[in-house]
Amino acid sequence: MNTADVILKVEDLKTYFYAGGGLFSQKKVIKAVDGVSLEIFRGETLGLVGESGCGKSTLGRTIVKLYEPAGGKIYFDGQDVTALQGPKLKQFRKDVQMIFQDPYASLDPRMTIGEILKEPMTIHELYQNDAQREQRAVELLRIVGLKPDHIRRYPHEFSGGQRQRISIARTLALDPKFIICDEPISALDVSIQAQIINLLKQIQEESGLSYLFVAHDLSMVKHISNRIAVMYLGHIMEIGDSHELYLHPMHPYSIALLSAVPIPDPVEGKQKHPEPIAGELPSPLNPPMGCPFSTRCPYADDRCKREMPALKEKNGRMIACFRVE
Amino acid sequence: MNQTVTSEQGRNLFAPLSEDEKNNEFIAVESKTYLQDAWAHFRKNKLALISLYFLLFMLLLAIFVPIFSPYSYYEQDLTMTNVLPCAAHPLGTDKFGRDIFVRIMYGARISLAVGFAAAFINLFIGVIYGGVCGYFGGRLDMVLMRFADIIYSIPSMLYVIMVMLVFGSNIFSVLLAISVSGWIGMARQVRTQVLSLKEREYAQAARVMGAGHWRILFQHLISNSIGPILVNMTLMVPEAIFTEAFLAFVGIGISIPQSSWGSMANEARSLLQSHPIQMLWPVLAISLTMLSLNFIGDGLNEALDPRKR
Ligand SMILES: Nc1ncnc2c1ncn2[C@@H]1O[C@H](COP(=O)(O)OP(=O)(O)OP(=O)(O)O)[C@@H](O)[C@H]1O
Ligand SMILES: [Mg+2]
Repeated sequence: MNTADVILKVEDLKTYFYAGGGLFSQKKVIKAVDGVSLEIFRGETLGLVGESGCGKSTLGRTIVKLYEPAGGKIYFDGQDVTALQGPKLKQFRKDVQMIFQDPYASLDPRMTIGEILKEPMTIHELYQNDAQREQRAVELLRIVGLKPDHIRRYPHEFSGGQRQRISIARTLALDPKFIICDEPISALDVSIQAQIINLLKQIQEESGLSYLFVAHDLSMVKHISNRIAVMYLGHIMEIGDSHELYLHPMHPYSIALLSAVPIPDPVEGKQKHPEPIAGELPSPLNPPMGCPFSTRCPYADDRCKREMPALKEKNGRMIACFRVE
Repeated sequence: MNQTVTSEQGRNLFAPLSEDEKNNEFIAVESKTYLQDAWAHFRKNKLALISLYFLLFMLLLAIFVPIFSPYSYYEQDLTMTNVLPCAAHPLGTDKFGRDIFVRIMYGARISLAVGFAAAFINLFIGVIYGGVCGYFGGRLDMVLMRFADIIYSIPSMLYVIMVMLVFGSNIFSVLLAISVSGWIGMARQVRTQVLSLKEREYAQAARVMGAGHWRILFQHLISNSIGPILVNMTLMVPEAIFTEAFLAFVGIGISIPQSSWGSMANEARSLLQSHPIQMLWPVLAISLTMLSLNFIGDGLNEALDPRKR
């Protein structure tokens, strides 16, 4: 794979939150993202899966520069964007967009759909006048499957699926090269989830943009992703081709995560042996020593409890586990 | 690269919908702006609606009565002192023979002007101050809010005395004295609102699309706090009116022969035994105005906050 094809590269990225820290108590560190490295290629979708609270949103938000990283580097289109300022940051803000999880909170309730769609164009001074922006807004509505007369309406008049379409249209207004989709479908009905996935796929086919697609289960994500990354407690455990990983997960956590997925096809389902993940997700305030999964892993030994395995390549896949070395 | 997943099962699960199926999601709701919606709810609250009409009526009287009345607020007629309400003088006359109706309406001008001017000054300062604190947060917020706490902790009478000493006793001093600390409640409220709204995803989305701080603050955060801001403002008007009346009652503020409800109450004090009705009018004016403003505030509070409907 040519390095020029890499649109986004993240190296040892860390995002920490500080909790508490009163007069008598020490500040506690939440290591929400703790040393994540990954690459996303042009025109590709990387799925990011993991349990709730493992740091998926934080990783996405750090990449779009909503959070300041505590360490590590972010490269976008070959350029180090970790500490961008001024006009370069503005260009980055045009190229990288985000679709949020909650379709009810991601649109300003006081603005009409037209105003919402025209806002990014106004910020980046994209067209000459308002009439042209309006025309573009209508076109965007058509692309996402809504009607031109919706432009005068307010977000509360739409269903969740329609709002998510509006969010998608808003990100497309800037012709981005890369979109982070932070669980864009998990608040929607199953039938509508499929529609949104199809829409995102179709947009990608037409414009060749890349996605980081966050979800907390694998069954949805494998349909849109070329590759999948499995995340656990701030760490990437496994990255591999989506189909391969789905059929043959190698990391014990991936195996456990997959067996927790309800399988719609009973024939395929029989071949798997559901093995629910034992125990609770450890608190990120107090993560285990060594491998973060060692407290729940059926194969964990002393070494796993002492040191964190590095993410290493094995049969075209990246895995962080001593067992597969 | 770019190998697509061609699982047969995947294709079947995610077959595209037909055209008319796509529109099944649509929910038809009558298109109403937020304010239209709020007005519809406000109208249902009869007490608030009556209060609003009362206040508008009062405003019209305050504007037109002093213009069209044959009497003025200052002309004395010593042959007609302490007249009881009659056809010529609907509310009677005072100890100098001045028409009380005209004086009450002239006082209404002063009271309403002071009330609304104070509310607008406080709105302006409070919204910007609170918005900046809530939005930028951190150390700036801490320093600015502690500063506001200090201003707030000093008794307001102290400001009144200081302002009067420096600028003399006039209506602008009263306004200034009310405004020194009046904006703090508004600032605190706006700060709390902005603090919670800035975590909303639409504010984050605005940041991701490259919006500047001021656009996010005014276009997205403050415009979404309009409910609490309006309520706070309507409750500030009666507070300012009462402060002005109180200051006029103790003899600070407007200069004679101008009338204010407070100064009229003060003048009626000496006649409380013989002509108690003269005390009734300014007191009635003050209480009805304050009451109706409070009802309007309550009504707005309900109408503008969807959770309270
Ligand atoms: N702004 C914040 N301040 C403090 N802690 C935070 C903040 N945002 C997230 N966290 C913590 O960081 C950890 C990771 O949270 P994050 O939202 O990234 O998880 P997630 O994988 O997206 O989960 P979900 O599937 O529920 O969306 C959690 O423990 C969370 O409590
Ligand atoms: Mg999340």
